[in-house]
Amino acid sequence: MFRQAYYDEPLLFEKRSQDDIDVDLTDLVPAKLRRGRLGIPNLPEHDVVRHYTRLSQMNFGIDSGFYPLGSCTMKFNPKYAEELAALPTVARLHPDQDESTVQGALRLLHELQGALGTISGMDAVTLQPAAGAQGELTGLLLAAAYHRDRGETRTQVILPDTAHGTNFASAGMLGFEIVEIPSKDGRVDLRALENAVGPKSLAFMLTNPNTLGIFEERVLEIADVVHDAGALLYYDGANLNAILGKTSPGAMRFDIVHFNLHKTFTTPHGGGGPGAGPVGVRRPLEPYLPYPFVAYEGRRYHFDYDRPKSIGKVRAWYGNFALLVRAYAYILRQGADGLTASAERAVLNANYTMARLKGVLDVPFGGLRKHEFVASGASLVPKGVRTVDVAKRLMDFGVHPPTVYFPHLVEEALMVEPTETETRETLDAFADVLARIVKEDPQTLRDAPHHTAVARVDEVRAARDAILSWRTAKGRKPESL
Amino acid sequence: MLRALGLKSVDDLFADVPASVRAALDLAPGMSELEAVTRITEILAANRSMDDMPMFLGGGVYDHFVPASVRAITSRSEFYTSYTPYQPELSQGILQTLWEYQSLICELTGMDAANTSLYDASTALGEAALMSRRIHGGDVFLIPRAIRWNRRSVLQNYLLGGGLRVRDVDYDRGTGMLDLAKLKEALTPDVCGVYVESPNFFGRLEENVEEVRAMAQEAVLVVGINPIAQAVLKPPGDFGADIVIGEGQALGNPPNFGGPLLGVFACRQEHVRKMPGRVIGLTRDVKGHRAFCMTLQTREQHIRREKAMSNICTNESLLAVAAAAYMAVLGSNGLRSVAADNIRRARDLAAAIDRIDGYVAPLFKGAHFNEFTVRAKKGYERVRKGLLEHGVHGGIALKRYLPELEDVALFTTTERHRPEHYQRLLTALEDLA
Repeated sequence: MFRQAYYDEPLLFEKRSQDDIDVDLTDLVPAKLRRGRLGIPNLPEHDVVRHYTRLSQMNFGIDSGFYPLGSCTMKFNPKYAEELAALPTVARLHPDQDESTVQGALRLLHELQGALGTISGMDAVTLQPAAGAQGELTGLLLAAAYHRDRGETRTQVILPDTAHGTNFASAGMLGFEIVEIPSKDGRVDLRALENAVGPKSLAFMLTNPNTLGIFEERVLEIADVVHDAGALLYYDGANLNAILGKTSPGAMRFDIVHFNLHKTFTTPHGGGGPGAGPVGVRRPLEPYLPYPFVAYEGRRYHFDYDRPKSIGKVRAWYGNFALLVRAYAYILRQGADGLTASAERAVLNANYTMARLKGVLDVPFGGLRKHEFVASGASLVPKGVRTVDVAKRLMDFGVHPPTVYFPHLVEEALMVEPTETETRETLDAFADVLARIVKEDPQTLRDAPHHTAVARVDEVRAARDAILSWRTAKGRKPESL
Repeated sequence: MLRALGLKSVDDLFADVPASVRAALDLAPGMSELEAVTRITEILAANRSMDDMPMFLGGGVYDHFVPASVRAITSRSEFYTSYTPYQPELSQGILQTLWEYQSLICELTGMDAANTSLYDASTALGEAALMSRRIHGGDVFLIPRAIRWNRRSVLQNYLLGGGLRVRDVDYDRGTGMLDLAKLKEALTPDVCGVYVESPNFFGRLEENVEEVRAMAQEAVLVVGINPIAQAVLKPPGDFGADIVIGEGQALGNPPNFGGPLLGVFACRQEHVRKMPGRVIGLTRDVKGHRAFCMTLQTREQHIRREKAMSNICTNESLLAVAAAAYMAVLGSNGLRSVAADNIRRARDLAAAIDRIDGYVAPLFKGAHFNEFTVRAKKGYERVRKGLLEHGVHGGIALKRYLPELEDVALFTTTERHRPEHYQRLLTALEDLA
């Protein structure tokens, strides 16, 4: 059985600080701006390294164990990519350098634009967005600019009820009206879509395979309905890993695509980021892409700012370059055969795991899955066990829980994405653990986890009294610390 | 495994993908790790990095020295291969680390709360403008006219949906600071927020933040910082700032050709429920031990959907880990000594350039941090190109941002510059004068 390390590790601020050394700022900072002291402790370097080493041992990454977090594609992050990103020719480049001094970086960006265009079946790609959600924002800005240029004001974004929360938030942030359509049998309800589209429709955002892991087989009919209404079809690339080499957003007649390089192209997720969310588009949308665009003139690469219809910028400079380097290295290493094989294995692993769970948990909606599937813990509710309890108990066996309570149309959802870099042994062990857990005494589950650094965390308390810093904590009663 | 599924071939797994949408990948076949690494390394070899030539570039991204311990810490794969800590029991390590990051940012800024990061300073500015409107209700946001153009462009895209308008406030031609008379004119009742940077785009310390606060009593005050400079500068909280933003890359992260960066975002306690982004809270586990978890999630996209404060999900957490580790390794003493050293270097370098015939530096008199303006009397573009031929990268030309500064550039220095770098720059500038 798994046991996570636990250290009663004090906060940096609770450690004994060495004395402040006075810095004479008299001639350097005007008196009215001068700071007295800075409340950051002075600690020996060895203690700092030990502090973070201990904290890291109270954390769980893909390198620690199985991490079947649905929709997040937690597959092995190759180490060669880390070494490449640390090269001075990546790390120690300033974004304002003269183009003649960064020809290698520009070439890499240009080649990656091309590779992502090929993979997605799109005509042009911007690498600028910092993450998937920013890719969505960019894509919607492009759609709006495209329609505006045609003299049309379209303000509605249509979303299936299985859509990621970010789809709603990105549309909401830009002030668009959201039209949500219900699913039928875990797929887009074409009738509902037909009723929803109209002259105000800006775009329909779809994830395919969708968040249930089901491939939308009628995607070309969907495309027709959307295009006949004059709207654009947007591909949320969160699940692109499932279809590499089998189909592409272009072949499915999508107009705009965002990629999550930290999912499909396995740049590490860093405990929450950074990611990278490039966006690909069809030719008619190309003029609106964020500038600069990396172009090649036969002799040299350059940043093309001469794009009068461009939406401008969505973030500073050119994108998360160090992540783009990692992703491109991965694409080269895998190649067409390797990427296709990874999709095949990801789909095989998901379907195999689903089959192994027959009789353990219900999986609503029949048929094949692609890279993930969504099980339901609803059958456990009568005995007083909820999905959250199953998730917490999985930790005791060294498994990171699947995504829970999403998508919303599955009751007590557990969304499992094994990915292609897991062996059959790992998948079997996972299935065996789940089979064991659902038969366990309900109290054991409700009290779980038992073997993690801390026991179940009181999230309600954290939200009630938001203590977000040491400054705030210091002002509270000692017992709140 | 296929047999266990009752399938004959891998193709059966894709039976649900119709022939009409099938498409194979038109890419080269895969290669070995050695080949891939060699290929990428060779492509990148055409770059000239700061290892190859001294560069005097800043403008938001800075080349500070990063102690090896910082990378050793962020290279712990328990940190960098983990996902967003949705499951706190298994993720106490990164949760405590990010809570400490929030706390360190609050020490620098004098704010009560910080989030775990936004993408960069430009998107932090966009989010700060949207948050100002949530707090105040007005639909005009004031920014300095002298601002990095990518910040302005990003801001405009972030404001597209809300009908929020941006209004510029010009700078004082003598001091390079915000023109307070112009600010007064711009401060109409529909102004929801005012953004001031210190050090500002010219590297000049903005000495009038307190006066700006007094003039704009109703509006939300957003202050942009450089986190290293903040070690020796009074925290914006002392001047009454509501929100503090900044580019956090300088804290322990390499320039990386402009990405990934670290959007710093902090605010006063009264505003936390209107703040965008992920935050970590302090709490307990059921046994009464101290514990951390993501909190106030009802502000976020996965719960609140279109009513969320922002669409941000994936952020720049690992850079926040590096920033925390950097501040912890340096401590107050190290940070203050780096900041003071940078001020001294910029002052001395500006004076040395100013002594050369044909240049004025800095253009704006008064206190600066680690960058300053240089006027090349015979035009900067020629000097910039000439410097490259001398193996030195000059500062950023400003005419693209502010046409009246046609011959002016922004030069930056940090503790990484060695005496021979300065010498090479000064000799070249003399040659080109």
